[in-house]
Amino acid sequence: MSKFAQTFSSSLGKKLIMSLTGLFLCTFLIVHLIGNLQLFKDDQGQAFNAYSYFMTHFPPIKVISYLLYASIIVHSVYALVLTRNKNKARPVGYASYDGKANSPWSSRNMGILGTIILVFLVVHMSNFWARYHWGELPTARYEVSLTNPNDVKITPIPFNGQEIAHADYVDAPAGVQVLIAKDLYKIVYESFKQWWYVLLYVIAMSALSFHLIHGFRSAFQTLGWNNSKYVPAIRFLGEWVFGVLIPLGFAAMPLYIYFFK
Amino acid sequence: MSENMNLTLKVWRQKNAEAKGQMVTYSAKNISPDMSFLEMLDVVNEGLIKKYEDPIHFDHDCREGICGSCSLHINGRPHGPKHATTSCQLHMRSFKDGETIVIEPWRAAAFPVIKDLSTNRQAFDRIQQAGGFISVNTGGVPDANEIPIPKVIADEAFNSATCIQCGACVAACKNASAMLFVSAKVSQLALLPQGQPERYRRVQAMVAQMDAEGFGHCTNTGACEAECPKEISISNIARMNRDYFTARLIKDEV
Amino acid sequence: MMLDSKIPDGPLAEKWSKHKFNLKLVNPSNKRKYTVIVVGTGLAGSSAAASLAELGYNVKSFCFQDSPRRAHSIAAQGGINAAKNYQNDGDSVFRLFYDTVKGGDYRAREANVYRLADVSVNIIDQCVAQGVPFAREYGGLLDNRSFGGAQVSRTFYARGQTGQQLLLGAYSAQSRQIKLGKIEQYSRHEMMDVVTVDGQAKGIITRDLITGEIESHAAHAVLLCTGGYGNVFYLSTNAMGCNVTATWKAHKRGAYFGNPCFTQIHPTCIPVSGEHQSKLTLMSESLRNDGRVWAPKTKEIAEKLRKSEIKVTDLKEEDRDYFLERKYPAFGNLVPRDVASRNAKEIVDEGRGVGKSGIAVYLDFAESISRLGEDSVRAKYGNLFDMYYQITDENPYQQPMRIYPAVHYTMGGLWVDYNLQTTVPGLYCLGEANFSDHGANRLGASALMQGLADGYFVIPYTIGDYLATIGPAAVDTSHPAFAETKKHVEERIQKLLSLKGTRTVDEFHRDLGLIMWEYCGMARSEEGLIKAKGLIQELRASFWKDAIVPGTNEEVNTSLEKAGRVADFLELGELMVDDALDRRESCGGHFRLESQTEEGEALRDDENYAYVAAWEYKADNSPEELHKEELVYENVKLSQRSYK
Repeated sequence: MSKFAQTFSSSLGKKLIMSLTGLFLCTFLIVHLIGNLQLFKDDQGQAFNAYSYFMTHFPPIKVISYLLYASIIVHSVYALVLTRNKNKARPVGYASYDGKANSPWSSRNMGILGTIILVFLVVHMSNFWARYHWGELPTARYEVSLTNPNDVKITPIPFNGQEIAHADYVDAPAGVQVLIAKDLYKIVYESFKQWWYVLLYVIAMSALSFHLIHGFRSAFQTLGWNNSKYVPAIRFLGEWVFGVLIPLGFAAMPLYIYFFK
Repeated sequence: MSENMNLTLKVWRQKNAEAKGQMVTYSAKNISPDMSFLEMLDVVNEGLIKKYEDPIHFDHDCREGICGSCSLHINGRPHGPKHATTSCQLHMRSFKDGETIVIEPWRAAAFPVIKDLSTNRQAFDRIQQAGGFISVNTGGVPDANEIPIPKVIADEAFNSATCIQCGACVAACKNASAMLFVSAKVSQLALLPQGQPERYRRVQAMVAQMDAEGFGHCTNTGACEAECPKEISISNIARMNRDYFTARLIKDEV
Repeated sequence: MMLDSKIPDGPLAEKWSKHKFNLKLVNPSNKRKYTVIVVGTGLAGSSAAASLAELGYNVKSFCFQDSPRRAHSIAAQGGINAAKNYQNDGDSVFRLFYDTVKGGDYRAREANVYRLADVSVNIIDQCVAQGVPFAREYGGLLDNRSFGGAQVSRTFYARGQTGQQLLLGAYSAQSRQIKLGKIEQYSRHEMMDVVTVDGQAKGIITRDLITGEIESHAAHAVLLCTGGYGNVFYLSTNAMGCNVTATWKAHKRGAYFGNPCFTQIHPTCIPVSGEHQSKLTLMSESLRNDGRVWAPKTKEIAEKLRKSEIKVTDLKEEDRDYFLERKYPAFGNLVPRDVASRNAKEIVDEGRGVGKSGIAVYLDFAESISRLGEDSVRAKYGNLFDMYYQITDENPYQQPMRIYPAVHYTMGGLWVDYNLQTTVPGLYCLGEANFSDHGANRLGASALMQGLADGYFVIPYTIGDYLATIGPAAVDTSHPAFAETKKHVEERIQKLLSLKGTRTVDEFHRDLGLIMWEYCGMARSEEGLIKAKGLIQELRASFWKDAIVPGTNEEVNTSLEKAGRVADFLELGELMVDDALDRRESCGGHFRLESQTEEGEALRDDENYAYVAAWEYKADNSPEELHKEELVYENVKLSQRSYK
């Protein structure tokens, strides 16, 4: 085995992979959340659909997205490997084990939390991401008045077995900006109008919250970045930004659409 | 002084490493709250011996919380309910009359049960042998004061050095990881100037041995730190990781 | 046999270096042909094992604990002395030597003590190089403190766990040699006997404490580094497993036992709380710097306190007797360990003891707390107060501590010559297990020093002389002496396992402890000792009839382990009494009621007793023969202690 491979097959190396992929996924969450804030815009999905197109077609972002898929897979596979190691390291369990006396619940249940998130990701991605890429998606044509951006006219074009080319241009004579885009917004809107789908999101985002409360801080500990000067900042970021703000932001989208749209 | 107590004990009994073990119930009668936990077991054992029965076996020696022999998992926690306390320094006043107490050995593949509550912790010795030393022979060393060491560094090295090698960290960890122990040993020498020449060699050797012994990995739950009778900090683990990754991924080996 | 201490000629300061030069050397390429057995892995054992392995010898190291790092040296709190004179306060090798001889009440060998003081400075260097985290000043240099009433600050320390840190240093050196294959480590093995061939030690018999297997191990020399025998008193500050078996078996194979009655009793221990008590816990004697020792003035008040009819904090000043301050106005609460201990015993004997059992006196911090403030007392003694609180459930900030003396160290041990060799050639004895350096009383912070001096800096030189003499011919266990000794061991185990009486081994041990404590403890008298001798003989006879030893040999069997150890204590106890009877003087920790000054102080008899008593074993249940090694003092003047 090469020295490099050896390093990553050691218990510390495996944890290094967990922490690096985890942190990368954390940064993605920030981008994803900011982008998805378009959902709150009252423009019948115009901004959101434009954003969706950009995210799937801008080359650097495409590269990053492959990294992202790889991270999700590697993070999950290594989690499985580590769980198996754990069972090997303690083949006979305790009759009585009082974990809550010495560690937070989230830290002890990263596997369960991670599984919930993974299940969610499968549902989430097959519903939106896969459909967007390969599925049957309606198209929407937006005409935004050049003089008054609030004046938007939307024409839905139902799917008729043939993909309609994406377009984004200025129709000067008509005095409008025209956007023809896949209408992911509509899919999202319809999904978020179903109570069970909203519930799945809320549960998944709570799981994400607990997962990140432990995970973010833990990744830094694994990397060895534990210095008394900046540990409080990491703790704050982990608990408030990644543990509360981000999951809350994501959960707010289905709730908003379900209750207010 | 409160009254004497009667307790029910559920104790793991296992004749030897190969035998199948089971929980056995005993009653401990007329236990003084001033007794240490091990003295309570002494009383139960005296009763068993008088009946020509096999006494409950557990490791113990100094009974003042420093040798690291005692290793009882009491009511779901290594060394029982009191913070920063070894089993031998736990007193019966921490329990209530009529209480049922579950007593088990440390559970880890790397700590096989020898008998009843006693386990084989030589994996720790082997990790030490892999690199937990500074290679100096007796004699021929410089004067002690030729190596000035900042007080804060010396104190921090001391904090790491207080580990008594009891294994409570492994017992507490849901993954049966030995990271707190190994990192405390690595840290002590990594902090001191005397330990620098072998710093990166040491951390690699000790981590490799730790993995070879079959301990689990660390998921940073902090249980080890919370249960450590000597309050060793998990900042040692971060320090060890840093040195390990530096050694494996950054430092050019000459 | 004539005792030859092999003390080199010449001026005191040159003896050791001259001797080192005169000792034979083993050729470096021949060293690997020798095997040395080291029994015990405390400071003496692990330092010796590591140092010998570094030199190239093959070492087999044994301990009964599950890891060599758990030996009881680990429990030493205070510190280690060394004549570094880092503090510029007038310390020197000679002063450390002088203090140690005087502290030992002039019953130690000058030459040995001087060597000890001489190498003390190397020990600190060695330990620092190994990474022992000693306390330091802000400037980065080593810190020292004054300890046990010494006039200079020469004690190096690592917070309250110097012993553990020093042992970890030696253990790390040993671990390195184990990895290199120079030391073969046998943990959870107990030494059962020494094997002698033609009068020379050639190996040992051990029992594997997990499988019960009786094993034979051959070597060119055997080192016993097995610690003291304080557990003969049942209750002591020793660890539960500490025992005399190794040295006692050696004694029965021809090694003389030196000054067995010299035991040290430490005044500030936490008192016994009931019959269940399994061991005693020591608190640093630094507590007496700020605490005042007292007892109720009358028996009646003590009685009321014991029954909790009145509260100690309500007791008026005039009802309190600060007996140390009253009797020793000059030294007050800081009188030496033995004086403080003896006075506490007198109070308890008078019926003025306190606590439920009535076996304790008070150590009161009320005055210090009001003078210095609670915070400052906490800063100095916080960890000790916490420990006391944890064990007794009484808050020492609010009410006085209860203290009582406890057995702590044994100065006696196997007699050894200047080379640390016992009267059996090839059999060496190091550390607390030998008798050599502390005379009749050991100074604080000197035990760690002696263990490491013996292991790091004495035995590596002296053993070469013997090994070079016998030559490197291979040794094995084929000699009939091994089979014979092994058979002897097995027979004894079977005899113990056949005991199916009514009393547990611990009960016998407890009884023995009570006899020893009562008659051979802090104060000893002719009458009491004679009585004790009879009691021990009766108890021993009863043990071999009425003890219960359940189980078999082929398993983990702690009852069997204990039974073997207690059986040996039952024999040693009688020898201690014989030794105490022989020594009709008071010296150091040995206080004979018949030999005291008018003020009730220890009175030495240098004319008749300036000797080491070396006892030779003859046969079971028959008196041992006393050999005397006269002590010659050329460099210090013998004087009587006074603390008035």
